[in-house]
Formats: sequence, C-alpha cells, structure tokens
Amino acid sequence: MIHLDQISKAYGPVVALDGLSLHVPAGSLYGLLGPNGAGKTTALRILCTLLAPDAGGVRVAGIDALQQPRQVRERLGYVAQEVAIDKILTGREMLRLQGALYHLAAPHLRQRIDDLIQLLGMGGWIDRRCGTYSGGMRRRLDLASGLLHQPSVLVLDEPTVGLDIESRGVIWQVLRQLRDAGTTVLLSSHYLEEIDALADRLAILDGGRVIAEGSPSELKRALGGDRVTLRVREFSDESESARVQQVLQGCPGVRQVVVNRAQGHSLNLVVDGEAVIEQLRRQLSEAKLSVFSLSQSRPSLDDVYLQATGRTLMDAELEVVGNRDPKAERKQAMR
Amino acid sequence: MTSASPLTLNATLPDQGPAQRSAFADLSQETLALTRRLFLQLARRPSTLVAGVLQPLIWLVLFGALFAKAPEGLLPDGMSYGRFLGAGVIVFTAFSAALNAGLPVMFDREFGFLNRLLVAPLRSRSSIVLASVLYITSLSLVQSLAIMVTASLLGYGWPGGAGLLLVLVTLLLLVFAVTALSLGLAFTLPGHIELIAVIFVANLPLLFASTALAPISFMPTWLGWLAALNPLTFAIEPIRAAYAGSFSLQAVVLEAPYGDLTGLACLAILAALAIGLFLLIRPVLDRKLS
Repeated sequence: MIHLDQISKAYGPVVALDGLSLHVPAGSLYGLLGPNGAGKTTALRILCTLLAPDAGGVRVAGIDALQQPRQVRERLGYVAQEVAIDKILTGREMLRLQGALYHLAAPHLRQRIDDLIQLLGMGGWIDRRCGTYSGGMRRRLDLASGLLHQPSVLVLDEPTVGLDIESRGVIWQVLRQLRDAGTTVLLSSHYLEEIDALADRLAILDGGRVIAEGSPSELKRALGGDRVTLRVREFSDESESARVQQVLQGCPGVRQVVVNRAQGHSLNLVVDGEAVIEQLRRQLSEAKLSVFSLSQSRPSLDDVYLQATGRTLMDAELEVVGNRDPKAERKQAMR
Repeated sequence: MTSASPLTLNATLPDQGPAQRSAFADLSQETLALTRRLFLQLARRPSTLVAGVLQPLIWLVLFGALFAKAPEGLLPDGMSYGRFLGAGVIVFTAFSAALNAGLPVMFDREFGFLNRLLVAPLRSRSSIVLASVLYITSLSLVQSLAIMVTASLLGYGWPGGAGLLLVLVTLLLLVFAVTALSLGLAFTLPGHIELIAVIFVANLPLLFASTALAPISFMPTWLGWLAALNPLTFAIEPIRAAYAGSFSLQAVVLEAPYGDLTGLACLAILAALAIGLFLLIRPVLDRKLS
C-alpha cells in the first residue's frame, strides 16, 4: 500500500534520510520505531506530500505521490506530531473546515462528524473552543480530522506522546478497529511498548535508514537466546563495568555483552540457555566479583534495537535530547 | 468506549471519491470554508476590527480639531480642513487594514496550520490566498465605510451616487495592491515579529508622506516629491475630488511636481501597482505553496 523507495533527504548539511526504503502491506498496522532524530517525522512528511525528497520514489495505493500528490492526499489521513489547531474555533468548526477542504458534501459531513464524535468520545467537548482542550482531547480531534474523509491510509506521527492513559487507550482501540476494517495504518513512535502492543509489523529506523524490519515476534525470535541483566553492584561506574564485561566475554555460551549506561552501567548479556548462567556465577566469583542482581528474560524489541545499533533505545534518546534544536526543527516544518 | 458501526470505519473505495465534482464547486467550497474561518476568528476576537476603526477615528477628530483654524488659502477652493482630512483618513483606514492581510497567513505558517491545509487535496492552493484577499477586502471596506459614515455625521460630507462608486473602486484597487504586498511579506519574512515590525515601520511614514494631512503645495519640495510618488496619494486625491462633487475622471486631481494627473490616471497607476505586485509575489506563493 505504501512504498518508499531509496528516499534521501538532507536539511543543509544534516542528513535526515539516507536511502530509506519501506514497504507497508495493505490493511496492516505498521510501526515505525526509532529514537528522536532517526528520521521518522521526515519520512512521514515526505509520504504525506508535505516535503519533497532529494532522491527516491514514493507510491501510495499505486499512485506516484511525487507526480500526483493530490490523488494521494485524497486517500491519505495525516495526524501530525505538533497538533496545529485553531484555538478560537470549536472542535466541530474545525472538523467542518477540514471536511470542506476534502470536498465532502454537507449532509454526509454532518453524519461523519457525529459518528466520529461518538467513536472518539468527544461529545462533551466538540462544541467548545479547541483552546480549552487537554492534550488528549486535542489529539482525538486531530485523529477525527484525519479520519473525516475515510482515507484508505492513515499516517500518525507519534500519536500518543505525552497523553493521558485514557486518551491513549481510546486511540489504540480506534487504530485497531481501523486496521480490522481494512485501513492501512502507519504510525511512528519511540515507545517500544506501543509498537510491541499495536503493530503487526514494524521497521526500526536509525540514522535515516531501516536497520531491521518484520513482525515483532519474528524480530524477537530471530535474535534467539536468553537476555540476562546483571549488576555487580547497584550502581557501577564505567571502569568497573568494563572490567566485568571483559571477564564475561570470555565465558563460553555468552554471545554478547553490552554495558547499559541508561541503567547504571548494568550489563546486558545474550546467552545460550540456562546452563550458561551457573557458569557466569562461577566465573565472577573466581574474579572476586559479587553479584548484586541477575535477571533473565526473553528477547524484547529493545533487544532487537540493541542488537542492530549497539545501544539501547533509551541511550539513543538521551544522546539526542541535549542536541535538539527547536529553532531548526521549526524551520524545517515551516513553509 | 462506544463501538462503531463498520460503515464508520470503512475506507472509501477508490474512485468513489469526489472525482465527478466540478473544479469550480471544489474551489468555491474550499475558499468559502477558509474565508468563513477568518470571519469566525474576527467575530470572536473583534479587537482588530474595533482598533481598525478607532484609530482613524481618533485621527479624524484630533487632526480635524488641531487644524480647524488652518490659515485661509492653505487648502484649495476654501475647503474646510475636516473635509480635506476625510479623504485622507478613509484611505489610511483601508491601507492599514490591508497591510495586516499577511498576519493570519504568517501565524498559520508559524504554528503549522498551513501544513494542515497543504496535506488536504485542495483543488487549487490559490484558494488559501483567495480567502485572505476576500476577507481583508471586505474587512477594510467595512472599516472605511464606518469612517465615511462618521465623517459625514461630523459634517464633512458624503460622496453621492457615482462619487460613492468611485470611492469604492479606488479603495478596492489600493486594498488589492497592499494585500498583495502584505501576503508577499508574510511568505518571505521569517516570523510574525518581523512582519509586525515592517507593518509598524511602514504605516505612519506612508501616511505623513502623502497628501492625507496636507496638500503638496504646503510641503517642502523633497516631501512634495515623496507625496507625489506615494501610492496613498493616488488613492486620496480621486476620493477627495469625489467628495468635492467633481468626479469627472478627466479632471485634474493632483498637481504633482512632475505634472498634472487626472482621476483616471491615478486609478490606472493604482491598478498597475496592484497587478504588478500580484505578479511580483506570484513566484513566491508558487514556491511556498508547491
């Protein structure tokens, strides 16, 4: 349904997308996972015809989005990250405006708005000015705007960031219902749990390209092995963790040892089965190292990310947090 | 959570969409909806409208009083200063209103509302510009009419019949030109602070360097030249003539340092300016809205 083919995009010297290719099958709920700055928003902006790529092709429902953007816009609903609403209009007036921009006929539009108000539980708010809405209510209104013209493709950019639990629940449920009714849904997120819970398939983005793709269970199964999180002390410093890492790397049955900076330099290991763990304990006591805690789990999406990039999603997130430039980001979004 | 009927969620089938509608129907639907939004904003935040009438009104009353005892012979044909000032203030009202045309567009650019419009399958994106022009034209004409009515209540006269038509045409041409300029700025300047600064800086000097407050004969030569080149003057003089009751388009309305101009010449200059400015900003709009 959605084909992005070798998309590249740079903002001046900053490369946002570096040969990104993505294929979203029709009728699927597809997740785009990656830290801030991975290129998710840029990819979605290009898909929604807001931004022209420097190179590459975009097709939606078989239509070339670069050649026939209007035909694509008719079939596509877009829920942007920054909710741009007119605070002085009521929710209903916003939806009416939106309906006119999609050329819906008045009686049909009225019915459609009533249906969406019910679906999204906005009854008490729809005739109040948008300026009085909570973040969750705004996002619901935005979702309603995106669904007004019954698009066959719905694109959402981090739809649940900073939302209350109730609004998030409503949005999740509506997205599932949409998928079940045949709509193709593509959403970006930097919440692992969200993608894990919602998506049929996902692509992990890093540095402007896809580094892993598949269904959540496929990706986790492909990793194999058991995850072990180990601490020799509640909070280790970097050098101690590095020393432990060296000790553990030599153990037979240990596939990988990574120091997790985001969790007080704990050690994340991938091991081949239960037996290895006893071996680990022995090795550590020989090196005169105690074990503060040791936990075991099946692979998660975070492990998939870790495997592909060598860092956890949280780490990647922390890394960019200080480097964000709101001014430049605004400029990118502004015409 | 209420459960939705399957109909609510089903996507439209391809080609069941609005393809069979005419381009004109689509264009007028989107233009009307966008214009309606601007008027809703105005109705709920009427301060711009009120200020837009109040400011020229203050000019009219204060300046009218200040120069009520202007020396004989300052104004042609023994015209009272209030009468003379009326035309200037009417034009200034329309001009100030039109100069603000770009502000809503700039806010939409900055706060991402424009992106919402650009994601929609608009038949033509000129509807965004068209809505602004419609809105600001009617707003500035309403404000000018309010000033005209007040001026007439103050005893400064009223242009009858064809004169009124001439006033409206002149104001329209000026408003189109200034709107084009303001929209062009709204799409080129980086933010609303810069746009407001430009509006602020342009507003009063253009008023003072025109024949709104005093005739060219009263000005030093260099200021006379500025006033005779100022677009506001080309709008003020035909209106002043219409108020004086002589609205023959062939009559000389402006004795400029470079020669005499008839009412028709003034209107032609305004029309050329409006067309020129729209041609000038077109590439900017095309680029920003493509």
